[in-house]
Amino acid sequence: MKTVSLAGRAAVVSIALFVAFILAWHVATRGIGSVQQMSPEYAKLMGVTATQGKSAMPGPLDVGAKLWEHLKRPFYDNGPNDKGVGIQLAYSIARVGVGYLLAVSFAIPIGFLIGMSPLMSRALDPFIQILKPISPLAWMPLALYTIKDSGLSSIFVIFICSLWPMMINTAFGVSAVRKEWLNVAKTLEVGTFRRAFTVILPAAAPTILTGMRISIGIAWLVIVAAEMLVGGTGIGYFVWNEWNNLSITNVVTAILVIGLVGMVLDQILARFAKLVTFPE
Amino acid sequence: MSTFEDSFDPKTSLNSSGCACGRHASQAEHDRGTQLQCEAVESEDKRFEGVVASAVMRAMFPKDAARRAFLKSVGASTALAAVSQFFPLKAATEVFAQGGPIEKKDLKVGFIPITCATPIIMAAPMGFYTKHGLNVEVIKTAGWAVIRDKTLNKEYDAAHMLSPMPLAITLGAGSNPIPYTAPAIENINGQAITLSIKHKDKRDPKSWKGMKFAVPFDYSMHNYLLRYYVAEHGLDPDQDIQIRAVPPPEMVANLRADNIDGFLAPDPVNQRAVYDGVGFIHMLSKEMWDGHPCCVFAASKEFVTQTPNTYAALLKAIIDATAFATKAENRKQIAEAIAPANYLNQPVTVVEQVLTGTFADGLGNIMTDANRIAFDPFPWQSFAVWIMTQMKRWGQIKGDIDYKGISEQVFLATDTSRLMKEVGLTPPAATSKTFMVMGKTFDPAKPEEYIKSFAIKKAT
Repeated sequence: MKTVSLAGRAAVVSIALFVAFILAWHVATRGIGSVQQMSPEYAKLMGVTATQGKSAMPGPLDVGAKLWEHLKRPFYDNGPNDKGVGIQLAYSIARVGVGYLLAVSFAIPIGFLIGMSPLMSRALDPFIQILKPISPLAWMPLALYTIKDSGLSSIFVIFICSLWPMMINTAFGVSAVRKEWLNVAKTLEVGTFRRAFTVILPAAAPTILTGMRISIGIAWLVIVAAEMLVGGTGIGYFVWNEWNNLSITNVVTAILVIGLVGMVLDQILARFAKLVTFPE
Repeated sequence: MSTFEDSFDPKTSLNSSGCACGRHASQAEHDRGTQLQCEAVESEDKRFEGVVASAVMRAMFPKDAARRAFLKSVGASTALAAVSQFFPLKAATEVFAQGGPIEKKDLKVGFIPITCATPIIMAAPMGFYTKHGLNVEVIKTAGWAVIRDKTLNKEYDAAHMLSPMPLAITLGAGSNPIPYTAPAIENINGQAITLSIKHKDKRDPKSWKGMKFAVPFDYSMHNYLLRYYVAEHGLDPDQDIQIRAVPPPEMVANLRADNIDGFLAPDPVNQRAVYDGVGFIHMLSKEMWDGHPCCVFAASKEFVTQTPNTYAALLKAIIDATAFATKAENRKQIAEAIAPANYLNQPVTVVEQVLTGTFADGLGNIMTDANRIAFDPFPWQSFAVWIMTQMKRWGQIKGDIDYKGISEQVFLATDTSRLMKEVGLTPPAATSKTFMVMGKTFDPAKPEEYIKSFAIKKAT
C-alpha cells in the first residue's frame, strides 16, 4: 500500500474536522424551540424567533448566504453609518498600518539602544516592565481625553500595543549576538555604525521579525475591540452595529473575515521572517 | 404646556386634571388631538412666530396663572399687540427663522441608535437639515461616555444626549465641568420597564427584591425613574435590587443570556426584546410620569456662542423635524426612514410599533397608546430641577445646589433668551411648570423640601 504524504494526510484530517464542525453546527442550530399560541395580528408584530421558534443562532447555511451577499457588494456606501464590509476592512487595515509602522519606527531604534547599552537597559527596564502589561484598551479613555480625536486615539492604541513585543525582541536579539562575531568586527576595526548595520542587524533580524510578527497579531486583535468602543468606521464598528441589531449572522460573518485578514497579515510577516533567517 | 401650544389662549387649562397636556377636557380627546397646534398653522414662518411669541409671553409671565389673568383682562390680540410694541416680535422671529449667513455648513451630529433620537436622525434622510441650508452627517456612536467625549473633543458639533447629561457635565459630575446647553428636548415618554419573560407572574414590584436591572447610564432619566418607581413600592434601589449601566444595544443580549432580570430602557430596545420573545413590557414610562423628558439635543456653550447662526439653523431643523414627528400620520413614514442599517439598524416593524403606539406587549396582547412616545422640544426648566433633585437624592451630587441658576444656564440657554438679548432686553425669570410623578406633585420652587419628602433616599 502506498503511503500518502504527511501533507496529504493532514489535509484529509483538516477537511474531515471542518465537515464534522459544520454538521454539528447545522444540527445544533436546526432545533425548533417552543412556540406560544398567538393570534395572527399579534404574530405579525413579532420576530421569527418568537413565532416559529427559530433558533437565534444562525446555521452554517445562513452564514454562507450572508458571506456571499457581502462578497458580492463589498464596497457599497449607504451613508456614514452603513458601508460595505470591504470599506470597513480598509479603514481597519489603514489604522493598523499607520499605528504599526509608527511603532516599528520607535521600537527598533529603542530596542537597539537597550540591547547595545547595558546602562540604558537597566535604566529603561522599570518603565517597560510597568507599561508592558497594561491592556491597550485601558489607554483608550486617556487617549480620547488628551488626543481629542477618536481616529488618532485608535491609532495610538495600536501603536502602544505593538510597541512592546518589538522592543523587547529587538533588545533581546541585539544583546544575544554572538560575542565571536563582535570580536571579529573589533579586530577588523569596524566603526560603531558599520558594526550595528553590517553585523548586529543581520544577526538580530530573525528575532526582530519574530517580535514584529507577534505585534501585528496583537494589533489586529486590538483594533477590533478599539473600534467597537469608539464606533464610526472599521470592522469592529461593523460587528458592534450588527450586534446592536442582534444579527448574529452578520457577527459570525465578520468574525470569519477578521480571522482571514489576521491570517494574511501574519503570513506576510512570516514571509519576511523567512527572507532574513540564516543558517548558523 | 407644549411649545407648539398657544400661550395667548386664556382658556388653556393649567392643571393636569383633564389630560396630559391640559388643553383637552379628557385624555381621550387629547389622544385624538395629538396633532399639536403647529398643524393648524398654515406656514412655517407663522409657526416660528408662534413659538417665539409663546416663549416671550411665557418668559414675561412665568407664572401660568398670572399670564392667564393678564390675558383674560385684556384679551389675546391686545396682549399680542402690547407685547410686540416693546418687543420686536417680527424681528425676533425673522432672526430666528432666517438668521444671518451660516458660519459652518458641514456639521457632524452624534447619536445613539434609539428612537429617542428620532428628530435628529430623521432630519437627515427626510431633508430637514438641507432645508435649513446645512449639510449634516449624523454619526452613530457606541455609548454615552463616547458621545460625551467626542462632543467635548469637538469631533461632533452637537449631539444627542440623555437629558441629565448636560446638567452633569455643567456640574462636573462624572467629567470636568464644562458649560453645556440643552436647547431642545427631543422626546417625551418613550421608555419602558421590560422584564424577562420568566418573570411574567412577578408584576408587583414588591416581589423584585434581589433582581438585577439595567439602565443605559448613571446619569439618565431611566436610572432616576427606575429608582423612583421601586422606592415608591418600598424597595431601596441601592440595597434591595441591583442597578447597572449597560449600553442599550447590549441589553437584549444580556436579558437573553439571563445576566439581568429586566431593564428600564429606551425604545426600540423594549420592543426588540418583545420581538425576539425574550421579554415583556411591564409598564411604559408614561404611566409613571406622563410627559417626562428623556433625551435632549445638546451642544456646548462654545458652539452656541461662536457660531450662533449655524446653531439657530440647526435648532430650527430639529424643531421642524420634531413638529413633523408630533403628527401621528407621519410616524409610519418616519419609522421607514430611520430603521435601515445606516440609522437604527432594526426591523421596520419594531420601530413602527414604537412610533405608532400599537404594539405587542410580549404577553400576547396588542396594546394601543398613541402617546407611547411623543415629541416636544421645549426645555422646561422644572425638568432640570427635578433631575437635579434626583441626582441629589441618590448621592450623585452633594451640598447646596443652585437649582435655579443651573437649570437656567443649561435648559434655558435657548434661542429665546439669546434673541431677547440681541434686541436689548434682559432675559426675565425662567419658565417652569409643576407636574406629577406617580401621583405626587413636584413644585420646582421647593426642590429641597421635595427631596426631604422621600422616605427612601441615600443617607447623607
